Amino acid sequence: MAVLVVADNDNAHLRDTTHKTVTAALAMSGDVDVLVLGQGADAAAAAAAKIDGVRKVILAESADVGHGIAEAICDTIIGLAGGYDAVLVPATSAGKNFAPRVAAKLDASPISDVIEVVSADTFVRPIYAGNALETVQTADKTKVLTVRPTAFKAAGEGGSASVEKVAAASAAKSRFQSEEMVKSDRPELTAAKIVVSGGRAMGSADEFQKVIEPLADKLGAAVGASRAAVDAGYAPNDYQVGQTGKVVAPALYIAIGISGAIQHLAGMKDSKVIVAINKDADAPIFQVADYGLVADYKAAVPELMAALG
Amino acid sequence: MKVLVPVKRVIDYNVKARVKPDQSGVDLANVKMSMNPFCEIAVEEAVRLKEKGVATEVVIVSIGPAQAQETIRTALAMGGDRGILIQSDTDVEPLAVAKLLAAVAKDEGADVVLMGKQAIDGDNNAVGQMLSTLLDWPQATFASKVEIGGGKAVVTREVDGGLQVLEVDLPAVITADLRLNEPRYASLPNIMKAKKKEIATKATGDYGVDVAPRLKVLKVAEPAKRSAGVKVENAAELVAKLKTEAGVL
Repeated sequence: MAVLVVADNDNAHLRDTTHKTVTAALAMSGDVDVLVLGQGADAAAAAAAKIDGVRKVILAESADVGHGIAEAICDTIIGLAGGYDAVLVPATSAGKNFAPRVAAKLDASPISDVIEVVSADTFVRPIYAGNALETVQTADKTKVLTVRPTAFKAAGEGGSASVEKVAAASAAKSRFQSEEMVKSDRPELTAAKIVVSGGRAMGSADEFQKVIEPLADKLGAAVGASRAAVDAGYAPNDYQVGQTGKVVAPALYIAIGISGAIQHLAGMKDSKVIVAINKDADAPIFQVADYGLVADYKAAVPELMAALG
Repeated sequence: MKVLVPVKRVIDYNVKARVKPDQSGVDLANVKMSMNPFCEIAVEEAVRLKEKGVATEVVIVSIGPAQAQETIRTALAMGGDRGILIQSDTDVEPLAVAKLLAAVAKDEGADVVLMGKQAIDGDNNAVGQMLSTLLDWPQATFASKVEIGGGKAVVTREVDGGLQVLEVDLPAVITADLRLNEPRYASLPNIMKAKKKEIATKATGDYGVDVAPRLKVLKVAEPAKRSAGVKVENAAELVAKLKTEAGVL
């Protein structure tokens, strides 16, 4: 069987979520190709060609796929899908946007957020915010999966696959108008080694910035937030860690003023080491924390900054 | 302009799902059920479109057991005009849900389908995208702002790393993200009024859609539990432990 992995990239960079999805693909088959979509994305395609175990890289370019328009991406994939038994997509917002379309076109039942490949047709995925793990088997001719990148190790680099160019589709009824990307020197949330997250206890957007961001910068960490903090307007939505936001699994996760609602835990409980700082000793976050500090963050964070030197 | 809003009855947001001892699924007996939170946001947005004079009718549709009628009533109490219940006592997979909704959207001559981006039980985040594909309508998912006019929708979308503004021709499928709005609570008079609103009951067979599951669920298990660690006395001890014991600093 052959598997097509759809890369997660902008034109210049390939994100390591691609490498992780390749690992999932290699657990299904030895014949793994990577599709890079973009506009002027030669650099991303060249990076994909270096991933270990990749047979071939396909670069498909058009303005619409460069802007992530789902209809154009889907039609491009459908044009290639005949040669594959499975299409694997990193479960990012971009991937979740088009993967179900591909499944609908192929009359396949999509399998979302795969965290384990049991065999080439059997997969494990979380349901109910990660409170249950479902093992499902599919008989679809072409399987369509989104893969939760944090559940897989990144494939190494050392390969030298060929890059083949194909034309990408356009979309007739959707038009890109503009985008507003958060500019930040901090690492990307889902790829960061350390994440510092703040919760509703911060009380205001100002306080969130004053407390969480300097600590994150000191540690070279990404900034996250609980849904409660996002809903209250203390932090932008793309900071949100949880079932309804991003799923992270860094080496160190520091939760500050976060109570630990089920929905938040679903987004961070696979972190290697979890630290919780909360003044409520009964907060559920302490049940998953490796190191708990029962203290008001107002005193504890400055002390932590000082202790870090 | 007619807006169709699919809603799903799911385990309440605040209830922890428990796996059945025989690993056949999640135990939903005697558990509080509510409208999926993302569906509530979609209903709210549709009702606001009607209040602004953009939409003329808001039709609520749900696929589920007889009790899903309560979920439809909740949406009608928020301001929906009438409901359709497609009754099914077994779980319907996203692909079949999308096929049923496509049939309803065509039947109703809907101009916009506004729906939640995902249901919090299956967490698939797939039906809206699949529905748009089957209807050959454009899609605008993960919406945080929707403006409709002149046969088009301009939708601000939550994407990785920021926001994207997309313009789509109508008819279109729009899926709601968390920040689109804050759903209202239905007032008592509106709850009473909703009891008189029409709900048509249909069967999945009425739409000629094969709803047999494609996926075989082999088991549903509990995730490995994470155990609580230790409490530290102060920040200095925390840093020391992270450096030496955990080795992450």
